Amino acid sequence: MNRVLIVAQHDGDQLASATAKTLQCGRAIPDAQISIVVFADQGNLLAAQAAKLEGIYEVIVVNDVAHAHPLAAVIAPQLAELAVEYTHVFAPATTFGKDLLPRAAALIGAVQLSDIFEVASATVFRRFIHAGNALETVEVNAAVIFGTVRVASFVAANSAEKSVLVREYVPKVSSTSHTRFVSISGKSADRPDLQSAKYVVAGGRAFASAENFKQIYELANLLGAAVGASRAAVDSGFVPNELQVGQTGKTIAPQLYIAIGISGAIQHVAGIKDSKTIVAINMDADAPIFEIADIGLVADLFDVLPELKRAFK
Amino acid sequence: MTMKILVAVTRVLDYSAPVRVHADGRGVVTEGVSRAMNPFDEIAIEEALRIKERGSADEVVVATIGPSACQQQLRAALAMGADSAIHVESDATLEPLLVARILLKLVEREQPAIVMLGKQAVDRDHGQTGQMLAALWGRPQATYASEIVLSEATARVTREVDEGLEILDVDLPAVITTDLRLNEPRFIKLPAILKAKKKPLTALTLNELGIEYESRIKVLRVDAPPARPPGIRVDNVQELINVLKDRALLR
Ligand SMILES: Cc1cc2nc3c(=O)[nH]c(=O)nc-3n(C[C@H](O)[C@H](O)[C@H](O)COP(=O)(O)OP(=O)(O)OC[C@H]3O[C@@H](n4cnc5c(N)ncnc54)[C@H](O)[C@@H]3O)c2cc1C
Ligand SMILES: Nc1ncnc2c1ncn2[C@@H]1O[C@H](COP(=O)(O)O)[C@@H](O)[C@H]1O
Repeated sequence: MNRVLIVAQHDGDQLASATAKTLQCGRAIPDAQISIVVFADQGNLLAAQAAKLEGIYEVIVVNDVAHAHPLAAVIAPQLAELAVEYTHVFAPATTFGKDLLPRAAALIGAVQLSDIFEVASATVFRRFIHAGNALETVEVNAAVIFGTVRVASFVAANSAEKSVLVREYVPKVSSTSHTRFVSISGKSADRPDLQSAKYVVAGGRAFASAENFKQIYELANLLGAAVGASRAAVDSGFVPNELQVGQTGKTIAPQLYIAIGISGAIQHVAGIKDSKTIVAINMDADAPIFEIADIGLVADLFDVLPELKRAFK
Repeated sequence: MTMKILVAVTRVLDYSAPVRVHADGRGVVTEGVSRAMNPFDEIAIEEALRIKERGSADEVVVATIGPSACQQQLRAALAMGADSAIHVESDATLEPLLVARILLKLVEREQPAIVMLGKQAVDRDHGQTGQMLAALWGRPQATYASEIVLSEATARVTREVDEGLEILDVDLPAVITTDLRLNEPRFIKLPAILKAKKKPLTALTLNELGIEYESRIKVLRVDAPPARPPGIRVDNVQELINVLKDRALLR
């Protein structure tokens, strides 16, 4: 039997949807008994949420004031302590999971795979390399396999009829003080979340100013969509960094992705490949974005935006 | 005491060249594709040099593990302004944990106050080495850095995370990995390339470092990503809206 441990992601109040998607990846491991671990300041309510997810055996909660804000240096030794009992340890390939998992894996000399896209068996996995331009199939030979999961490639596990048991775990390792949380800023709080939104409207360098980029927000509001951006738009200061989509930004998988004034560099495309439908609006008929777009419109964005807004009302 | 920064750099397929995959699944086409320093590592060197130029560090050492051709990237780093370079020779496929173990040996030799790495190598996209090194070394990690402010014994690092910008204080020595917005690397000038030829470059072997490692990840095959079905072109907004409605994406 395989024993799979899923590391929950949450914001202190709610489990992130990335957790149920990571769980779904874990459920693809054959003959698996799955546990979810919640590291939190006061995690009992979070653990109760996790306990309702389908297909799990138990939830482990590690309560510690040091987890009020998650720090890899603090969580990794605790996770490593638990991990030796498992064959697989998965976390979402978000900045939370990507920061934490390698640190824990190294502590017990485990192998890690990053950004798992598909599970072929308990030891064979598929993942994208070269910014999504190649798909690699790897076989791992290790007692414990760590993996970050490309959440855009998995549908969330459903909730179950009955909750499983929650067990509290008290780690033996003592906490470290060499890493201290100072602050976090950004959180475009009142907007739909980029990584779970059904619709995403994104803009690129072509908007030329933050003022012009506001039209993306207007369009998004009309559709109930999240806002995304290319790296060029972020670097030009039109929008904050957390809206960047791509190899070094977020990987997203909405029903509908509308890219306006974005050229479609491979690093950008790496983040939108899993979108159901891609619409591209670009003035340049040869822009690479049209190669992956399902629906393309060659037009000047400033000409079509007013009409689009009217149509979306 | 001198304050040293160790920068780990790696050689990747030039990321501006289109990636092609061999039809028989044996891997990505590398023949005739130029190599370059991993862009995040260039940013790491640039940051180390700026810290030194501000007077907060005395020495910048760059290190790479790989075949002899990697010395090209070390020379480039020296031309940017690094003081010395270490090349650990290996023709093996390097898993992140192995790289981290080798880097730990170099850390023990060099005793740096900061080790800078890229947040990920853009060919294999692992994004693990910095965190693994920090774990093995038992020191703090600040990944995805977009700003670094040093004081006596700590670094205040702004990190690009999914939720926005996070600020951490880490005690030195520490591991920091770079994100794209940390800085823009300088261009190398011709006289610097000539000068770099005279800078010290130490070559080491895995044997000399006492490293043994058995690879545990076997690449079975590499394929082109699944193709998306071909798209259509529309001529105007009205047509676009009609298609979206037809496909039940709009009401
Ligand atoms: C290591 C690395 C990682 C990277 N990671 C990312 C990443 O995660 N995400 C990302 O997005 N990028 C990333 N990049 C950058 C990427 O290579 C591109 O530079 C970037 O995506 C370009 O952004 P853009 O399409 O907005 O700008 P441009 O490439 O400048 O494209 C602008 C487009 O707008 C069109 N246009 C101009 N005016 C109009 C108009 N009036 N109406 C309609 N269309 C118009 C143009 O035809 C053009 O196609 C990365 C690069 C590197 C090296
Ligand atoms: N072979 C190597 N030699 C030196 N540094 C490396 C090597 N491989 C990776 N690194 C460093 O680790 C970072 C992250 O790489 P990776 O974990 O492979 O994505 C890179 O940006 C480099 O700074």
